[in-house]
Amino acid sequence: MTEDRLKNASRRQFIKGVIAAGAVVSSSAYLFRSIPLSGQPTAAGSVERLMTLNVNGQQRRVDVMRQETLAMTLRYKLGLTGTKIGCDRSECGACTVLIDDVPRYSCSVLTHSVRGRRIVTIEGLAAGDGTLHPVQQAVVDEQGFQCAFCMPGFVMATVGYLKSNPSPTREELAHAVSGNLCRCQDYNKILTAMMRGAELMRRA
Amino acid sequence: MAVIRDVMPAFELFQPATVDETLGLLERYGADAWIMAGGLDSFDWLKDRIKRPAVVVDLSQMMDLRGVRDVGGGLEIGALTTLTDLVRHPAVQQRFGLLAQAAELVASPQIRHQGTIGGNVSQDTRCWYYRSGWSCYRAGGNICYADSPTAVNREHAILGASRCVAVSPSDTAPALIALGAEFVLRSRGGERVVAAEDYFVGPDINITQMTVRRPDELLTTIRVPDRFAGAQFYFEKIRDRQVWDFPLVNVASAMTLSGETIQEIRLAVGAVAARPLRLTAVELAVAGKTRNEQTAAMAGELAVDGAVPLRHNSYKILLMQNLVKRAIRGGPMQGEGG
Ligand SMILES: Cc1cc2nc3c(=O)[nH]c(=O)nc-3n(C[C@H](O)[C@H](O)[C@H](O)COP(=O)(O)OP(=O)(O)OC[C@H]3O[C@@H](n4cnc5c(N)ncnc54)[C@H](O)[C@@H]3O)c2cc1C
Ligand code: FES
Ligand code: FES
Repeated sequence: MTEDRLKNASRRQFIKGVIAAGAVVSSSAYLFRSIPLSGQPTAAGSVERLMTLNVNGQQRRVDVMRQETLAMTLRYKLGLTGTKIGCDRSECGACTVLIDDVPRYSCSVLTHSVRGRRIVTIEGLAAGDGTLHPVQQAVVDEQGFQCAFCMPGFVMATVGYLKSNPSPTREELAHAVSGNLCRCQDYNKILTAMMRGAELMRRA
Repeated sequence: MAVIRDVMPAFELFQPATVDETLGLLERYGADAWIMAGGLDSFDWLKDRIKRPAVVVDLSQMMDLRGVRDVGGGLEIGALTTLTDLVRHPAVQQRFGLLAQAAELVASPQIRHQGTIGGNVSQDTRCWYYRSGWSCYRAGGNICYADSPTAVNREHAILGASRCVAVSPSDTAPALIALGAEFVLRSRGGERVVAAEDYFVGPDINITQMTVRRPDELLTTIRVPDRFAGAQFYFEKIRDRQVWDFPLVNVASAMTLSGETIQEIRLAVGAVAARPLRLTAVELAVAGKTRNEQTAAMAGELAVDGAVPLRHNSYKILLMQNLVKRAIRGGPMQGEGG
């Protein structure tokens, strides 16, 4: 059993490694594509590709294309695949992360625009020892989701909202997560789980 | 409709820190430069590869032009103020609730946390033929696909169409027009101030642009005068889903009353024409009248005078008429849907 787990874990790591390498290879095509700007050299104020991102409390050095979105960087450069891409058009919420505590759609944020800002993804919620964040624990307790593709987005939107309103009514919380869609469609169960998360947070 | 592809096509990226730097870049690159504030209208265009600017001027690192200032009873709103910050600002809530209401009804929480007021009033139309890259009038071609016999045009114009039947999508624009706001545009050459309703253009004047902004200009500030501070406001937006969706029709009005007599009123309607329409004829007709059912009914009829429906949007005429009625009356009639 333990061995099996280890095997699975390393297989997962391996797959992630391949994904990351693939992204680097495909991005080199962009690296060398130059843009005709009436022959001018890169102007002052233009952005350097190599940057440091503050993600889940860590400083991560990463090479980012100018046109890259945060969702792409998180998933394919930093291996943080908990952030999902559903629509890539600001229309579903699956990609929601916190930027300076505010829930935003990472599919619609240029990575270069959040240099120096505090980014938190679903991977950054649990404590170092693996203890789940209260809202995550509530998801487990209440079995709030079905396929759970939308879950990281809902959890991040909720965690962000609870920072400004720790004791929301069910209606207020529904409004706060109204920018998140679920295809499996049991919003009531989701809300029950999120409300329980709020309660667990108040108790903690 | 949207297709997820790997990444957007490459562009050169600038992140100016000041207004002056921005104006320098706009002067230098002109129509090749794309201003990105919150980016929430921009990303669709870039991801779908319908617009391919060589240069993106991203204003995310600029600390100027953010926030609301209280000036002598009125407001000065920086163009980069997010819709959420606008909605939460005490002066906006207390004295200009009309604007708070309109901004609160935009899209979704995440979009309001990031989308700016400048971007909201400067966004392009949602006509899907145009946004999908069909070469229509607005895109420089010589046909309107939304006004052809088989067109799907439930969301399109009923007023002011001229070849193109696209509509203005903004929720905050009618509110700003009703409040008598002014927009400040800056370029290296100087500054000009235009009344909110004159910021927007219809296809009869310019078929490829929604606003009078020149490529070298930056919208810096929106000024809201104190004239209608604390007045009687009415805002209503009708949409298919209660989150994300653009208005099918929206209405905004600001009114001062003396007893039950309407003293002064400004009224604007969105999503019925290419520009948000200020209804001056209605304003004149109801001023001095008693605010009652009869005045409201008269206003509603006058508002849709001359409206021409397309194949699938005649419902908008009745919708606009009823919303104007409600704006004058101050709400739905008893027994009428909310
Ligand atoms: C899914 C979805 C739903 C939406 N629903 C609604 C809705 O219900 N109601 C509504 O009103 N809007 C809606 N929007 C439209 C819009 O994205 C947001 O309202 C937002 O306010 C736009 O602001 P931004 O700063 O993100 O725009 P940006 O994309 O940064 O800018 C929009 C346009 O304005 C120009 N621009 C921006 N700032 C300036 C400036 N300071 N000076 C000159 N030009 C400038 C840009 O070049 C660009 O052309 C929706 C968008 C999406 C993606
Ligand atoms: S993936 Fe970002 S909102 Fe859908
Ligand atoms: S649980 Fe499946 S999408 Fe929400």
